[in-house]
Amino acid sequence: MIEITEVPSPFCGIGTDDLTIRIDGVVLKVIENGCAINTPAFEQPITDISARVGGKEVSLEFAIAKAAELLKETKLPIIGGCATDVNGMRGLLALADRCGAVVDNMNFTGARNNFLALQDSGWMNTTLAEVKNRCDLLLVVGTDLEAFAPRFFERYLWNKDSMFLDDTSQRQVIYLGKAPSGHASTSPNGQKPQVVECASEDLPEVIAVLRALVKSQEIRANTVCGLAMDDLQMIANQLKEAKYGVVTWAAGALAYAHAELTVQKLSEMIKDINNLNTRCSGLPLAGKEGDQTANQVCGWTTGYPARTRFSRGYPEYDPFLNETATLLASGEADALVWVQAFNVNAVPPESTIPTIVVGRSGMTFTKEPDVYIPVGTPGIDHAGHAYRMDNVVAIRLKKLRDSGLPSTAQVLHALEQAL
Amino acid sequence: MLIKLTGGTVYDPASGIDGKLQDIYIQDGRIITKPIEAVVDKEYDLTGKVVMSGAIDMHTHIGGGKGNIARTLLPEDHRQDPVHRSDITRSGCGHAMPSTFVTGYRYAEMGYTAGFEPAVLPVNARQAHMEMADIPILDKGGYVMLGSDDYLLRMLTAKKDQKAINDYVAWTMHSAKAIGVKVVNPGGINAFKFNQRKLDLDEKNSHYGVTPRDILQVLATAVKELGVVHPLHVHGCNLGVPGNVQTTLDTIQGIGGLPMHLTHIQFHSYGTEGDFKFSSGAAQIAEAINKNKNITIDVGQILFGQTVTASGDNMRQHANNKFASPNKWVTMDIECDAGCGVVPFKYKDKNFVNALQWAIGLETFLLVDDPWRIFLTTDHPNGAPFTSYPHLIRLLMDRSFRNEVLSTIHPEAQKMTTLASIEREYTLQEIAIMTRAGAAKLIGLKDRGGLSAGNWADITVYTNNSDRQKMFEKPDYVFKDGQLVVINGKVVSTKWGTTHVVRPDFDPSVEKGLKDYFDRYMTMKLGNFKISDDEITEDGRGSITVHPLKGDVA
Repeated sequence: MIEITEVPSPFCGIGTDDLTIRIDGVVLKVIENGCAINTPAFEQPITDISARVGGKEVSLEFAIAKAAELLKETKLPIIGGCATDVNGMRGLLALADRCGAVVDNMNFTGARNNFLALQDSGWMNTTLAEVKNRCDLLLVVGTDLEAFAPRFFERYLWNKDSMFLDDTSQRQVIYLGKAPSGHASTSPNGQKPQVVECASEDLPEVIAVLRALVKSQEIRANTVCGLAMDDLQMIANQLKEAKYGVVTWAAGALAYAHAELTVQKLSEMIKDINNLNTRCSGLPLAGKEGDQTANQVCGWTTGYPARTRFSRGYPEYDPFLNETATLLASGEADALVWVQAFNVNAVPPESTIPTIVVGRSGMTFTKEPDVYIPVGTPGIDHAGHAYRMDNVVAIRLKKLRDSGLPSTAQVLHALEQAL
Repeated sequence: MLIKLTGGTVYDPASGIDGKLQDIYIQDGRIITKPIEAVVDKEYDLTGKVVMSGAIDMHTHIGGGKGNIARTLLPEDHRQDPVHRSDITRSGCGHAMPSTFVTGYRYAEMGYTAGFEPAVLPVNARQAHMEMADIPILDKGGYVMLGSDDYLLRMLTAKKDQKAINDYVAWTMHSAKAIGVKVVNPGGINAFKFNQRKLDLDEKNSHYGVTPRDILQVLATAVKELGVVHPLHVHGCNLGVPGNVQTTLDTIQGIGGLPMHLTHIQFHSYGTEGDFKFSSGAAQIAEAINKNKNITIDVGQILFGQTVTASGDNMRQHANNKFASPNKWVTMDIECDAGCGVVPFKYKDKNFVNALQWAIGLETFLLVDDPWRIFLTTDHPNGAPFTSYPHLIRLLMDRSFRNEVLSTIHPEAQKMTTLASIEREYTLQEIAIMTRAGAAKLIGLKDRGGLSAGNWADITVYTNNSDRQKMFEKPDYVFKDGQLVVINGKVVSTKWGTTHVVRPDFDPSVEKGLKDYFDRYMTMKLGNFKISDDEITEDGRGSITVHPLKGDVA
């Protein structure tokens, strides 16, 4: 039995790297600094160690040969999930290039809200260490931040030491839209966040008015979507008075049509504030299950984010047409490779086409895939790299145990070779 | 396998060879002396061909977060230049900010065999190396960015001595796997986080009370005292600001004879004369360069067309966002370490400012005497994509072509440049110095950039052509480490290059202060921050080549 300290997590998205994990054979136990997301993700037991074809245990070689056979005759395979580490994504993209597949990250429909805004007008963003040391006002939009990342406040807001704030407990926290589900956002001195609650679907209108107020436009209405104008005016004033305001949202939490316009409005509002003689930055939340990793690696390999097809021999990005659900529903896709090395509960979407799962050991299926190859988890079974939510920092994942499970990269490389 | 390149006309400034007929022998990836008795396995008849070593781009943004932001920002640009896969090459995209694989292929197809990323943020160094690891054929390396990191500024405020700063710089170079040190808008990126919108050479950071001049002084000293061959690589204050020629001259004067490389100096050579209050400072800059032998420069030439600017200088990029074309842009504050700004640009020959920028770059090339101290760059992709180098070489080597283009730019810009009167045409040897021998010497690359025995066999063979653009855009052959990778301007095989680094000594006790700082203020543990060698080598493709420091016994 050994204990490993300073273990980085690929699961929570905020780059916690202070976990202590006890290892007994292949059994992991989070001893220190666990959370509701990281602890179960690390402690998930290994169940399957051999690959299966048609539900029968087979050798890895046989499973790969069978997968190659299934892929060989396809016209438009999808490689979905895309939840793995940097090397896994490298292998995945090489395979997609080889077999003319569509690559589609499972969190892309949420992330699309950000990408569409980014690709239309851009943004001004910041990263976690800047938040930790500079942020004097945090505006949380439409997101239950502590459910998304349980340790966000502890690590990045209520940290004891900050280089540029005398007292971090004096930071202002405002929720706009969703109210917090717990008390993590209450400061150590007991100050509760301000909560201005509205339905998610009302955010487009509310944010539009907030931006207008930031720009000192005259608003004649007294309320917007049931919110008092004074409440929004107060938020606008606080944003303008803050020295280093930060606005955060989870693109996936903005689950309504054309939420990209909300992200765009927020991002343009942030730009406006920076023209009013102070600083303000955006902080999009993400980084779960390799989504930032998928978009980064796909970005440098193809030029585009991870909803890109190779069916014409070169990458083509389309944030709508390349969506897995669309391609399954239309019958265009004729095979599915599901890559998910992090989360046993993220199983492939239901379909009738041949399905190959390269998944974390422990997955259970309502419908057994044609081929299932259990793989190790980056940061547990093998070393690797994963991006955290702020996209700049790639964390170095450690190998914690010898499980004998192959990595995603090894499996996908072997599959590419077999074609 | 013994390869013989027979009868080519060799330009090898590293050995003082200027257009001499010479055979070259290659074995095990390296150039060897003529073997006494050996069977040549493969011979190439290079009669009438021009032979140079593989070209080295000493300043090109090919790895790191801001480049990937630039890619993500511009899907419409990629769609203009899709790149198909082949049996030996991967698909991708080209033009302004090409995908990694295409970057490697297209550089090699122009005869380049190495490229150096000049702005590696310590906290983003992993990404820079991972992206560069996916660039085939080329060797690569990076200059790590310091000067706006809070750790250094705290040291300066606390009046830490030069030795302590040297230790920190050396530690950072190890940690980030760098071969040089860069500073971008010294202290300015940091000042922007405190809402300062400009920072002159002697202006204080409002929090730290430190000036850009202080930062340049300690970093240039550190680089020199550590024995790092590549001088401090400086992107100065006031990029793009009319009148910044004075800042640049003051920067040269202020460094007091220490070695310093001023990068993309074209963007820092602007006066305020004329009806538009924008004029060329190239003559003054060239005079200062010619006089001050401690200074080297690269130009950062702009060429007309669509591109994207990606810089660590978020302060200046934010100020320039109104010029974004198309109108979208990104800035980031990054990890109490640095920042970045990405602004797409379309340089237009009929725009007065852009036209004069073009002329200022060329004036600089032509007025600086010593080709060993000036380097051919467009600051890819900021001035233009690297694929425009053959065109740039023609502008330098062919006066009539240059004047032809000059006659088509904005008429007021034509009046504001002395370009038409400059007769100089670069020679093949001078091009070879700027893009090969000089670059290798500047970076401190052992066994690269030359064609004498002992060098790695990075070799480019061209067909002499008076149209220099045609000549340089399509080499007959390119060898990388002795492997034939390009024939007639097309990749025929691929391989993986090495990562060049230096490893200056430091006192390990430097980690005491750093550990405390990381634990209190940073978002990762010190041990998780440092990049280990196996992160570069574990995939079996990458390798690390450590180069000597000044004073090392070779």
